[in-house]
Amino acid sequence: MASRKSTAKTTGNAKVAEKKTELRTETGTLRVKVGLAEMLKGGVIMDVTNAEQARIAEDAGAVAVMALERVPADIRKEGGVARMADPEKIMEIMDAVTIPVMAKCRIGHFAEAQILEAMGVDYVDESEVLTPADEHFHVDKFQFKVPFVCGARDLGEALRRIGEGACMIRTKGEAGSGNIVEAVRHMRAVQSAIKRLTVLPEEELMTEAKALGAPFDLVRWVARNGKLPVPNFAAGGIATPADASLMMQLGAEAVFVGSGIFKSEDPAPRAKAIVEATTHYKNFKKLAQLSRGLGDAMAGLDISKMDEKDLLQTRGW
Amino acid sequence: MPRKPIGVLALQGDFELHRKSLEDLGRSVLEVRAPAQLARVRGLIIPGGESTTVGKLLISSGLADAICKRSEAGTLALFGTCMGVILLAKNIQNRHKGQYSLDLLDITVERNAYGRQVDSFEADLPVRGMGLNGTPFRAVFIRAPKILATGPGVETLAEFDGSPVLIRQNNILGATFHPEITVDTGIHKAFCEMADK
Repeated sequence: MASRKSTAKTTGNAKVAEKKTELRTETGTLRVKVGLAEMLKGGVIMDVTNAEQARIAEDAGAVAVMALERVPADIRKEGGVARMADPEKIMEIMDAVTIPVMAKCRIGHFAEAQILEAMGVDYVDESEVLTPADEHFHVDKFQFKVPFVCGARDLGEALRRIGEGACMIRTKGEAGSGNIVEAVRHMRAVQSAIKRLTVLPEEELMTEAKALGAPFDLVRWVARNGKLPVPNFAAGGIATPADASLMMQLGAEAVFVGSGIFKSEDPAPRAKAIVEATTHYKNFKKLAQLSRGLGDAMAGLDISKMDEKDLLQTRGW
Repeated sequence: MPRKPIGVLALQGDFELHRKSLEDLGRSVLEVRAPAQLARVRGLIIPGGESTTVGKLLISSGLADAICKRSEAGTLALFGTCMGVILLAKNIQNRHKGQYSLDLLDITVERNAYGRQVDSFEADLPVRGMGLNGTPFRAVFIRAPKILATGPGVETLAEFDGSPVLIRQNNILGATFHPEITVDTGIHKAFCEMADK
């Protein structure tokens, strides 16, 4: 964890007297915010659009659900402006399950984030899947008690988001495509840039920070520790147990599955199999067994045939 | 004689942080995902994570039965943090449909009892017993469970706001907070001593 202090406000009124000792409690600290991401490691976070899907996800073993109005595949198909989900929808999902509930706000739309925080959402995804609200600036995530996850395609982007207060990074991949190729590209880019930093001499780090467009103190932290200062998850295009295993073997610490579950032929068994595959990602006999008879995966898109303007991953700066 | 490794249940959750705490104490660590690995350890840490997820994975991996048998035979020390306490508990308040627990620790526990993530907090707590007398410990509570009641064989080693947060029952230790998140390895050290006995 980075040795930076959160500037999020801590509650002054949360003083609890225990016997004679006055105990001061602090909420919204970086440790508490990154801590929840640590607890989600080795798990699967599933996109859901209603209470019924949320219950299917929880029963299949999801560690958290992402509450949405439309899964990315439908956002892509239907077009128009994609916004934060209706709070009514999110509340319905929060009431349906006991696991953490995440929700998405538009890039730079801090008011949507404030609303999600006020509702008690457990993690906010400042997401390229929704239509960006600001083409220059992301949300100042240090101002929130609720932790944020952000997408990244390379190390510089990951460290810029962490510099703004993101407590979890995920690959962007290409959401709603059912195609793993972009998530693989992004995970490999991040991992290989991290490895490169660890062998650079100290005097090269400032120039490297300039080239990456990333804060120098974070670049130095990564060079010394050989990993991101916050958990690093995979997202965007995961559709099968083998996809989950692939991303875990490439260094992801957990996986997000968006359209891949509820756009498949038989969601519940597929969800369960992806959960097992994420835990036992190096047990290939087990993977062979649990990949059997899951029905059709979501159809998917060939990204090399897509128009640049239709890509979601290019949103964010 | 070389000491046996300490096992960390690695089905899901923050098992890497427990590994680091144990390695900082100079202990070798074995990640446990299957019964064959459990057979090689005398102590097992059940980390933080999602109890509904790990409950299912405990059953499908065959570890649930193996852990219960070893614990009841007195040959396995157990240490549960946060989720670990829920999975060890005999009683879960408002038990979720299909929510599994190992039924070993004589307590009643309520999940997510302090609220949602925005209510997660940290505080300095004095810890009693196990050579940790009165030392303030920085306790980090994340969507933490609350221990509502304890049976006669359960000793309270620390409490917060009137509820036990660190407890011991014979060779089972439970913390509703996350000692693996902070650099203080005192509680892990005490558990290693329990496991080595």
